[in-house]
Amino acid sequence: MITVRKLIKRFGLKTVLRGLDFQVEQGEFVALLGPNGAGKTTFLRILASLSRPTMGEVTIAGYRLPNQAAAVRSRLGVVSHLPLLYGDLTAEENLQFYARMYGVLDTDDRISEVLDLIGLKQRRRDLVRTFSRGMQQRLAIGRAVLHDPDVMLFDEPHTGLDQDACIMLDGVLSEVAARGRTVVMTSHDLARAADLASRFDILSRGVITTSVQRTEIDTDDLLAVYRNALREEERVIA
Amino acid sequence: MRSEAKPAAVSMTTGFFRAMGAVIWKDLAAELRSRELLSAMLVFALLVILIFNFALELDIQTRATVTAGVLWVTFIFAGTLGLNRSMAIEKDRGCLDGLLLAPVDRAAIYFGKMLGNLIFMVIIEAIVLPVYSVLYNTNLFNPGFLLVTILGSIGYVTVGTLLAAMAVQARTRDILLPILLFPVIIPVILAAVKASMGFLQGLESPEIMPWINLLLVYDVIFLAVAFMTFDYVVEE
Repeated sequence: MITVRKLIKRFGLKTVLRGLDFQVEQGEFVALLGPNGAGKTTFLRILASLSRPTMGEVTIAGYRLPNQAAAVRSRLGVVSHLPLLYGDLTAEENLQFYARMYGVLDTDDRISEVLDLIGLKQRRRDLVRTFSRGMQQRLAIGRAVLHDPDVMLFDEPHTGLDQDACIMLDGVLSEVAARGRTVVMTSHDLARAADLASRFDILSRGVITTSVQRTEIDTDDLLAVYRNALREEERVIA
Repeated sequence: MRSEAKPAAVSMTTGFFRAMGAVIWKDLAAELRSRELLSAMLVFALLVILIFNFALELDIQTRATVTAGVLWVTFIFAGTLGLNRSMAIEKDRGCLDGLLLAPVDRAAIYFGKMLGNLIFMVIIEAIVLPVYSVLYNTNLFNPGFLLVTILGSIGYVTVGTLLAAMAVQARTRDILLPILLFPVIIPVILAAVKASMGFLQGLESPEIMPWINLLLVYDVIFLAVAFMTFDYVVEE
């Protein structure tokens, strides 16, 4: 579903991604782990067609980026730590707006269905700026699944959420993934990632250094693998 | 969740106008609720007119020569506030990314934002012009003058929306936009002031038409430039 080969991204003189290779099969839930500055968000923004690769090949659902970006975007749902929602519109109006942008059919039925999924039907006529951070993040997921995308990209979706909101968000994430979608999620939270993902990739200094399946490892081992990867990075930098 | 909630298969033209309409609707709906942008632009515009009144001592003779200049400076300053705010709303909560993620021609997003800004600017002009007329006893209800106001506003928001999209990426966006925008819109200001003054002073059309033509050419050129470059302006 997602194939990335020799991806390089430079910002001026700074190289953030250094020949990154990455492959995700349909229905996989990949947690992309790594320290701050490893290039996780940059990588996700390239997959989301919000940033152009400097070099390398990126293919999603058979379409190449950046040349076939519009075709890729229609198959992508993206959730970041920012909600991408308008505070002065109601939850329903936000979804109506994005439904029109994505050309979704049967808008009213679909919005009703999505509001059910994210548990915000009762608050659909409330302004988004009155929502808590957790409710905004749930609505952000609703926005991202509105057009029923094949691939979901989550960029640290738990950032700024309290424990209850995280648990509720995990429920929605699991439900989204259970529909057979391909999911790539960046996270700092190893325990959360361990509960949700079927594969863990560690991104360090612009390349994937480690890739392990959920079936091959438990949470404690994942933590050890992650720490080893960070130690290795520190050793290389030193 | 159902699986057939796929995007409608529509022609590119339909998709373009649907997305453009959605952006305009969203901007108007949000502004109708918050009234942040219009109220700031309006208060600023009225204050600028009052300040000019004291600074230039707008007696009858002075008014005849400076009305067009005062009004255009007022529109430009108030418009800059609106352009900055209109793009800041998109950037602050990551909404610009939300727009750019939509599978539509990004020019549709530009034209939606541009037309939304034009509507706000015309609303401000529709309030400021009668107020100026009443306060300074000047008849501004001249069809030619109103045509120039629309053409000048189109030129201004065409460039302004494009440069606001560029400036909003920077930390210093509030000061960057005027620095980028004012040099580029000198032809619009010059042509709009000259043509407006011509209509208000009752000059013959051969003296006004070159300025109208300049406004038209500027509008068409920058609409084309924005159409071709917006995608690159908003991308990292």
